[in-house]
Amino acid sequence: MTMIGLEIHCQLTNLNSKLFCSCKANYREFKINENICPVCMGLPGSLPRLNQEAVKKATMIAMALNCTIPEKIAFFRKNYFYPDSPKNFQITQLNIYGDTSVGGTGSVMIGDKKIRITRIQLEEDPGRLIYDGSSSKNQITLVDYNRAGTPLVEIVTEPDFETPHEVRDFLNILSNILTNLGVADPSLEGAMRADANISIEGGKKVEIKNIGSFHDLEKAVHFEIIRQDSLHSRNIEIIQETRHWDDRRKITVSSRSKEEDLDYRYFLEGDIPWVKIDPEIQKKLKTEMPESISSKKARYISKYNIPAQVADVLSSDKYYSDLFEDAYTESNAKEVANIITTELMGLVDTREKREVSKFTSVHLRDLADAIQSGKVSRNSSKNALHEILKSGKDLSTVISELDLGNVSDESELSRIIAQIISEEPQAVEQSKSNSQTINYLVGKVMQKTKGKADPVLTLDILKKQIGI
Amino acid sequence: MNLKISALDYVQEVKTGNISAEDFVANTIERIQNVDDKLHAFLSVNEDAINQARAIDKKIKSGEKVGDCFGMPISIKDNMCIKDSKTTCASKMLENFIAPYDATVIAKLKRQDAIFVGKVNMDEFAMGLTTEFSAYGPSKNPWNVEYVSGGSSGGSAVSVSALECVASLGSDTGGSVRNPASFCSAVGYKPTYGLISRYGLISYANSIEQIGPLTRTVKDTAFMLNLITGIDPNDDTTIDNKNEDYLSGIESGIEGKKIGIIKEMIGEGIDPAVLSATKDAIAKLEGLGATCEEISLDMVKYSVAAYYTITATEAGSNLARYDNLRYGYDFPLDGYEFNSYISKARRKFGPEVIRRMIIGGFVPSAGHSGKYFLKALKVKSKLTKEVNGAFKKFDFLISPTVPILPFKLGEKIDDPVSLFLVDINTVTANLTGKPAISIPFANSNGLPIGIQLMADSMHDKLLLQAAYALEQTVRLPEVPI
Ligand SMILES: [Zn+2]
Repeated sequence: MTMIGLEIHCQLTNLNSKLFCSCKANYREFKINENICPVCMGLPGSLPRLNQEAVKKATMIAMALNCTIPEKIAFFRKNYFYPDSPKNFQITQLNIYGDTSVGGTGSVMIGDKKIRITRIQLEEDPGRLIYDGSSSKNQITLVDYNRAGTPLVEIVTEPDFETPHEVRDFLNILSNILTNLGVADPSLEGAMRADANISIEGGKKVEIKNIGSFHDLEKAVHFEIIRQDSLHSRNIEIIQETRHWDDRRKITVSSRSKEEDLDYRYFLEGDIPWVKIDPEIQKKLKTEMPESISSKKARYISKYNIPAQVADVLSSDKYYSDLFEDAYTESNAKEVANIITTELMGLVDTREKREVSKFTSVHLRDLADAIQSGKVSRNSSKNALHEILKSGKDLSTVISELDLGNVSDESELSRIIAQIISEEPQAVEQSKSNSQTINYLVGKVMQKTKGKADPVLTLDILKKQIGI
Repeated sequence: MNLKISALDYVQEVKTGNISAEDFVANTIERIQNVDDKLHAFLSVNEDAINQARAIDKKIKSGEKVGDCFGMPISIKDNMCIKDSKTTCASKMLENFIAPYDATVIAKLKRQDAIFVGKVNMDEFAMGLTTEFSAYGPSKNPWNVEYVSGGSSGGSAVSVSALECVASLGSDTGGSVRNPASFCSAVGYKPTYGLISRYGLISYANSIEQIGPLTRTVKDTAFMLNLITGIDPNDDTTIDNKNEDYLSGIESGIEGKKIGIIKEMIGEGIDPAVLSATKDAIAKLEGLGATCEEISLDMVKYSVAAYYTITATEAGSNLARYDNLRYGYDFPLDGYEFNSYISKARRKFGPEVIRRMIIGGFVPSAGHSGKYFLKALKVKSKLTKEVNGAFKKFDFLISPTVPILPFKLGEKIDDPVSLFLVDINTVTANLTGKPAISIPFANSNGLPIGIQLMADSMHDKLLLQAAYALEQTVRLPEVPI
């Protein structure tokens, strides 16, 4: 049986400051080595001061992943020399001297399958190494410390995955949870990184490090399983080793480093006192947490009668559920959900598209109301949506500019219907005995009006004129 | 001009206009120039000190608000950061390190118009108790320049004792303030852990060390504590002392107080002169209305071993950042791979630092931590329990600060183990986080002896009252330099 376990590093990108100083957590907007201070540079005499907001957000993640929460958390030093680490130790968390990380064991369901969470810890991100120099002989390494000290949450799972597909499902669910909590933007470059351990039936465990995105994680797992399978089929032994993900060539490469042999000499970080997260504080945190995805879904189904599948899609993506929450009224909820899941989703499915879109919840509400009142047909609403996304103009302007309004003038419609009746005597005759045939006639009216006829009114007049 | 003046008297004299800050500081600088060739307390002298004093005199004359120090000249151990000035930790590794920020204690004293006359000598990275491990040569004891000053805050103690400043800030990891204070006849104070911010103090063993003042009188120590204690947003380990005034009520006396005499600290190896001074101190305290009784603290006999295990572990980690990549001394990177570069760059560390870092790499390592580091933590926690128990019965604990007299330069430098035992009476306060003070008490053949009092956590004010009471019973000779 294939066993896959993950270690996911997730930056808390939505925090204001780094984990131990007031430099920005969002380092991406800075020039090289300009988002630094004595603390995150580890200058002599500087001391870490814990960002309490980071503890709060990390605890929320732990709660959302159903982890046990210890009453007191502590930080430890992981000692190793590396140029991206300004202090040559990393401040992190550890559970070997009792449960003192922000999260203990937990679980996430993917469909009917339970993925167990081993622990969740809060730690600092190191700086970034930039390799320069043309040949390996004169290669130089540059260090950008802007990222050093960025709050990072490490989520460790048990080896419960069996396929790359399950890994992808889990990553989707995790992304949605993190976004819904408002703690991180998983789509930011470098915000999500991972290590994976993979073993197939009869083989040793192989560790894959340095996977730079969720997208690559699935690929890396996929590649590694194929690699191990092919070794296995040729009776070549799969050795226990650490491999690195080469994100240019999209393959895993054996790394000669002896990382697994390092002795990190963990011990308690005395500069950071223990943090109390007692039941009282936990209760308060829970009330501050945004509504969970599953609770949203249940609410959409029971309160607004939205079909389960639609509610599922709507609740799991914060972008859509926020739009929904802002746009719906008692009377149009179903229509709002419908527009999002049938029309909008294909148009704003990436971060880039969302960023350039000019579509707001006001547009959404107006559109749903217009469809429900028959002001605009479902067909025409698609055209309106495209135009709004591009221009951001309000719905009534778009309708009149593109002439999308329904033909709801009764005399005009009566004239058109009379014409259709005279052109289709056979269908008219049939409709008197077969009620389905009337839909054919409605379709004819729609054809003639290019879909702009109010369908309810059309049916009414048709019935009246035919006398049924 | 009389430079042998307490901090409180200095402030009074300048306030009332009897002396000017400029005159006093100029005389102090002159004194440093005259005696420091012999004593080597200073690693660097503030060239701008006299100008700064003149500016304060101007403020006084113009009626502007003046800080509580009124230009008082203070020396600072060279492991605390003063913005834009060299902070070397008496190490070649930081020979060219210019701090880009002020330590919290420095910022506080600046606001009170203190003047930093210079940075003073210490054992490299505060590891030692004689200053003989300074990369820039040892400080000499002003009572006899053939003798060690004590350490690691030796420069602080020498500068206070030899009238090269009015007060000094040192740091105390296992006795580093109290030990040189005792050897040089100054008051040396180690506060409750967390009372003074460590932000800007270069860490040696961060879980147990504190900045502490060295002064001429107990009242001066209380005065300094009023200026530098309190919660600091830059140091999460600081505790709120509710703006305690350590001077008020300092003369309350010790009538009815109970004092425990720590048996393990006056036993084997103690110098007879030190023992008799301790007995004398106990008699004087009893004369003031206190009751004294012997108490045995069993864990004290393991305290030095635990202390060296814990400090080496933390030092190994705290000093790892000195890889010479971001700051340090001139040593180009070209042609080196990272590991070979740093191992070469780090050879600038002196022998004692290297010794402790080798120990620090070993004792917490996988396979050995159970036998050493974790065991040391157990001793620390048991010792704390024992001392907490003692403070249920006693208000104070008494012992000599150091069981032996100051010794000659070079006498023990090649015998680290015998040097370690000099720490036996001081490390307990650090391992347990309790406040402790060394009070100049006696003089044996021209060599000073200090008495140590310890109190329970956050009883710093009470401790100063007891120390003041004992200090009033003492008459000591003038420093011979
Ligand atoms: Zn910073």
